[in-house]
Amino acid sequence: MTYAIQARDLVKRYGDVTALDGVDLTVPTGTVLGLLGPNGAGKTTCVRILTTLLRPDAGTAEVAGVDVLADPRGVRQRIGLSGQYAAVDEYLTGFENLDMIGRLYHLGARRSRERARELLRQFRLDDAADRPAKTYSGGMRRRLDLAGALVASPPVLFLDEPTTGLDPRSRTDMWEVIQGLVAGGTTLLLTTQYLEEADLLADEIVVIDHGRIIAQGTADQLKAQVGGERLDITVADPARVGEAKRLLEPLGVGPAVVEEHRRSLLMPVSGGAAVLINALRQLDVAGIGVDDVGLRRPTLDDVFLTLTGHAAEESENAGEAVEQVREGAR
Amino acid sequence: MSVLSALSDGAVIAKRNLIKIKRVPDLLVFTTLSPIMFVLLFAYVFGGAIDQQGGGQAYREFLIAGIFAQTVVFGATITGAGLAEDVKKGIIDRFRSLPMSPSAVLTGRTFSDVVNNVLVLIVMSLTGLLVGWRIRTSALEALGGFLLLLVFAYAISWVMAWVGMLVPSPEVVNNAAFIVIFPLTFVANTFVPLNTLPGPLRTFAEWNPVSAVTQGARELFGNIPPGTPPPTGWALNHPVMYTLIWAVVVLAVFVPLANAQYRRSASR
Repeated sequence: MTYAIQARDLVKRYGDVTALDGVDLTVPTGTVLGLLGPNGAGKTTCVRILTTLLRPDAGTAEVAGVDVLADPRGVRQRIGLSGQYAAVDEYLTGFENLDMIGRLYHLGARRSRERARELLRQFRLDDAADRPAKTYSGGMRRRLDLAGALVASPPVLFLDEPTTGLDPRSRTDMWEVIQGLVAGGTTLLLTTQYLEEADLLADEIVVIDHGRIIAQGTADQLKAQVGGERLDITVADPARVGEAKRLLEPLGVGPAVVEEHRRSLLMPVSGGAAVLINALRQLDVAGIGVDDVGLRRPTLDDVFLTLTGHAAEESENAGEAVEQVREGAR
Repeated sequence: MSVLSALSDGAVIAKRNLIKIKRVPDLLVFTTLSPIMFVLLFAYVFGGAIDQQGGGQAYREFLIAGIFAQTVVFGATITGAGLAEDVKKGIIDRFRSLPMSPSAVLTGRTFSDVVNNVLVLIVMSLTGLLVGWRIRTSALEALGGFLLLLVFAYAISWVMAWVGMLVPSPEVVNNAAFIVIFPLTFVANTFVPLNTLPGPLRTFAEWNPVSAVTQGARELFGNIPPGTPPPTGWALNHPVMYTLIWAVVVLAVFVPLANAQYRRSASR
């Protein structure tokens, strides 16, 4: 198996803050790696190092067989990068943006123009081709930015949070575009905060938190790591959620989580449909009405929660709480 | 990396910046509007007070080269602000991920700002001619005067390019530049003859490169009336030479600094 991306022991520090703390990545040619983590986990730092924008403090990396540190220019000839913010020039038209990038890849004037037209058609931007990018919607800008990354048909593509900030419709569009590219054989490293996105697009997922890899594998492997299924029940009367919890908890394999405002109860179980029937029977006997019930496989949200012990956005608060406990102990 | 492909990359970037001037003509309008306002304010508000016998005519002629110098120096902030904006928007990241010449973004930017300055100088010269400014030398000397202004402005553009890569936002470039450029262009012979300045300020003004570029342009346009006593200090007696020395020194320091900063820069 050949690898399009191989990185060993990448370290990057900014003063006291360690953004990357020894990250190893390998991406086989023609596959998609999803780099998943909350804001500030080190995803963008990783991409910046692999795309030659940033030098690591330690570690080595090869992209498309070229050493990132020894021959950054060679790497740049073989990659496309589409960043977190759509890096299109808003005063240039869509065509001018792509034509300029083609020339900077040294494709020559004619080939640059042809390639720009091709990509505008492929990304359904041909109607807007001669309008300044300023007039584009957010989704159109992202598509133009992604088109920019593809001008030189690079074998390795880096997409840093390609759908952050997009509305659901544009996000679905973007996913389709990305799936098309991957079907064409491009190797892709994708960073995302959306677990759903990694689940859908990536062959392999690396979960990163505080600059360290905390888990990796296929989406199914990660879900298996968390184990079992989730019983998801919504009761009719919000006042009786607590009662339902006490009643059902013995059936689960872990603590039940109650969300009062949704009148719902979520609990890991094993045993499948039998548990579901048992739970419904007990609720029925107790006279607790049920609005909705389901048995579902764990999502990557559950995976993240289990692996890091905190939900993505709660990490800082958790740190503060620990500090307060220490203060109190003194 | 061949010099030729570095130049062609630079040309691609310059073209991109010039398209912006075309698409947002307000930019050019506002960079020329304030100097035009300066010409009119100084010529008609202060002119009479400074030049009582001439009714302001001689002062208007004296003034124009000063306003030219001030305008092109202020124009250099466009270089810095433009680059800072590109960094902020992530466009510099895109450029840095391309196999292009690493110096092209800066050479392209500083070159397109020369074109911007040429356009501004044309508009201002026409305004000057309207208020009574005249070129009293040969066309060749006059051309020399404009070139001197452009060369000096080009050097200052590189200072601003470095500043633009260093600071977090285009607004900071404008504010930071204002604090430095405003005194630099006022403590000089741009608007008043130097013999009116008190001691230390006068010495500063005599060695201020903005004074030299103004003096040089005035001489080359023939805007120094016969019988004016010669300026004091070596710099103002050799204004063209002194200006060129400054330009070379500034370029020698800031071209490498700006390029190093470009390689280090990160988007925020």
